Amino acid sequence: MSPDDSARASRQFDQELAEVRELLLRMASMCEEQVRAGIAAVKDRDAQAAARTVEADREIDELELEIEERAINLLARRQPMAVDLRLLVSTLKISNDLERVGDHAVNIAQCARRLAEALPLVPPDELDAMAEASTTMLRDAIEAFIEQDVDLAREILVRDDEVDRYNDIVFRVMLKEISDNPSAHTAALQMMLVARNLERIADLATNLGEDVIYIVEAKTIKHHAQEEEEERAEHEEEGEWDQ
Amino acid sequence: MATINVTAEGTPALEARDLDVHYGTTTHAIKRVSMEIPQNRIVALIGPSGCGKSTLLRCFNRMNDLVPAARVTGEVLFRGENLYDGHVDPVEVRRRIGMVFQKPNPFPKSIRDNVAFGPRLYGTPDDLDEIVERSLRQAALWDEVADRLDESALDLSGGQQQRLCIARALAVTPEILLMDEPASALDPIATAKIEELIQELVHDYTIVIVTHNMQQAARVSDYTAYLYLGELIEYGDTDTIFTAPTEQKTEDYVTGRFG
Repeated sequence: MSPDDSARASRQFDQELAEVRELLLRMASMCEEQVRAGIAAVKDRDAQAAARTVEADREIDELELEIEERAINLLARRQPMAVDLRLLVSTLKISNDLERVGDHAVNIAQCARRLAEALPLVPPDELDAMAEASTTMLRDAIEAFIEQDVDLAREILVRDDEVDRYNDIVFRVMLKEISDNPSAHTAALQMMLVARNLERIADLATNLGEDVIYIVEAKTIKHHAQEEEEERAEHEEEGEWDQ
Repeated sequence: MATINVTAEGTPALEARDLDVHYGTTTHAIKRVSMEIPQNRIVALIGPSGCGKSTLLRCFNRMNDLVPAARVTGEVLFRGENLYDGHVDPVEVRRRIGMVFQKPNPFPKSIRDNVAFGPRLYGTPDDLDEIVERSLRQAALWDEVADRLDESALDLSGGQQQRLCIARALAVTPEILLMDEPASALDPIATAKIEELIQELVHDYTIVIVTHNMQQAARVSDYTAYLYLGELIEYGDTDTIFTAPTEQKTEDYVTGRFG
């Protein structure tokens, strides 16, 4: 193969990689849209909107299959190395995680449907804040993937703790609600489930952030995110001392 | 240049220090290359055509002596001695550091005589049959040729001929095996056999392999060195070179974006 041929083949491969990335982005924005629609249905007690959200999940599932097939084909045919290999391996993980985000959006929509039928209960402020934090994490994770922005990706990892804290609060507030006002138990339980799904979405956004760091820096920080953050904080502190 | 720390591997089997090779007055084929080849490991040399990987390989057993215009400076240390010192006998060097070439090159002799050629050259050992059998077994060829040792080596398939050449190299009990694209003329099945063989042989020998085939380097080697225009760009453990190389030039080459 002459250098020209090699460059041509590589350009073709770049095109194929770009197409996979494009599909992944489409899937990501659909997932984000779905999560927002699910949350809106909860707030608006809109059973019809909830039903539409459940229905739309099929498209996400189809996209996952297409992305998976393309990534496997490229792994087999191109035998990619280095950054291409990291991108394709991460693509398989990301599409799987996004599919689960879609499933959580469906769960939230189903909660919305049941909430619409239950006695009305004002959601706690923390659930609102949690929905905002989770969807922002997801959006930023997608942004970090598009821009290959590791700083943004790292920031997302830290924010996961905030969502976990909201989750605890929503649980406690709702448990209290059930004991104070037993007739609200259906709605309270559904809101706890919404919170649980939002917490999972934040976890999956965190995975996506970790994947971005792996693609760009070839560092696996899964299960070590906390330590890495502490180490960074320590360095920053030392830096301040130096100044 | 990013390079590995092989101190964890103990005393290297071979070490190049500030190695330069010039061809005539115009071509600077190897530029100040220093690298350690760890004992009982497989090191792959990769890089585009003309990058100097075969030239570097030939420095490791003084095969460049046979190229009249080649001038080698620097050192290649083997067992504490510089192979290029005046008193070192290049023939002895090539016995202890054997080489297998790209194209199988059996002599137009019987299978037995091909393997026995080296031992005969260095003396007339009594246990020649034993050496022939042991070498052919080590080269994973014995079972296929045991009953036809006196047939011509040229009647063997390409893959068998290459394994015969490996047996021939092993017959003189070298410590290091240098392989210059040993599978590039072979079909995928014969290639797989050679690769399996290389991974068997590394238990007893140190192996340096030049290959054009990146996947082959990734499959068989422990360490990989990337050369470009005579320079050692990056040398590291094979997993790192192919999943997360340090140097942009290596990244461009292994992802096929080179050039």
